[in-house]
Amino acid sequence: MAGDQAGILSPETVLEELKKNGVTHVVWLPDSETNWLYLLMKDEPTLDLIPVSREGQALSIAAGLSIGGKKPVVLIQNTGMFEAGDSIRGWGIGMNIPVVLMIGYRGYTRHGFNRDSAATFTEPFLNAWRIDYYLVENDEDASRISMAFDDAERNKRPSAILIADEYHGFN
Amino acid sequence: MFAMADMFEIFQKFRGDSVVIPGRGAKHWRKFSDFPQRDVPLGDPAMGGHSSFGMGLALAQPSERIVLFDSEGDILMNLGALVTIAEKSPKNFYHFLLDNECYATTGGQPVPNAKNVSYAGLALAAGYPNAYSFDDLEDFANNIESILDQPGPVLVAMKVFPEIENLPIGQRPRFETRSRDEILNDLRNELGITR
Repeated sequence: MAGDQAGILSPETVLEELKKNGVTHVVWLPDSETNWLYLLMKDEPTLDLIPVSREGQALSIAAGLSIGGKKPVVLIQNTGMFEAGDSIRGWGIGMNIPVVLMIGYRGYTRHGFNRDSAATFTEPFLNAWRIDYYLVENDEDASRISMAFDDAERNKRPSAILIADEYHGFN
Repeated sequence: MFAMADMFEIFQKFRGDSVVIPGRGAKHWRKFSDFPQRDVPLGDPAMGGHSSFGMGLALAQPSERIVLFDSEGDILMNLGALVTIAEKSPKNFYHFLLDNECYATTGGQPVPNAKNVSYAGLALAAGYPNAYSFDDLEDFANNIESILDQPGPVLVAMKVFPEIENLPIGQRPRFETRSRDEILNDLRNELGITR
């Protein structure tokens, strides 16, 4: 295990937060941590899953859904967030879309020393895009998920949740 | 190939109350549209995203016909969008493609393999139930009504004359009178979207 484990983040907790916040669509691309969440989501009747083949598509889909009156969430890994950079800028921020980006924080060790450059650049990237973000490491942090949704709605722009439980919560 | 303006003049006759995302044809479409509250001339938020945006809007508003005029340069940037659109299969989504074989807004440089790509073929291979190609205006005119009558998603690839722009962006004439926020607010008000 890399770094300390700050507790467990269960996929059931994440799903409950999505439902509590009225999410209608999950625009997503799988990563190594999200399989158990996927299994829950696909059986959840209130959620429509939209699979993308590259993360940049997710923001423009979310923009269309949001303008059309729905409430999407984007579920991608930090590596995909980097790839989606211009799409986040143009379709998310530029269109004032109040969408939450649920970002898998691959490589996060809680101590600042990363062996994975994906973790090294995650927070600087979000700061460069001026996107508020909320770190969620375990079930006790679940309320931060709702904070991210409130942030997006209040500011009419994307906010982010960094899912930092890489090794235990979902798998 | 045919002129975009001529194509839009024909399309307008069959537009009905469709929501139209005119893409890079916006400057022509606005001359023919008689329903601007249902026009969504977004400009270029970020290249490659129009097809996904159109699908998202179609999924959000399944009772509205959503007609997108995409471009080949954009669709090549996000070819994977075709498989997502095919999987979600919005019956109300009509995906037109303005293929001028070049990047007209940057001076007319050719799109890769511009003369040898079948975008209709790509769409069918991705799982679109129907796709068409037109390089003759009369042929387009004879088929547009039946295309819009069938369920989507449908891709309609059209070879159009390039309209190359070489002026610096800041010197190009602006034709859109509404801001992006105004365009989106007009659309949401028209469709009764309150969220």
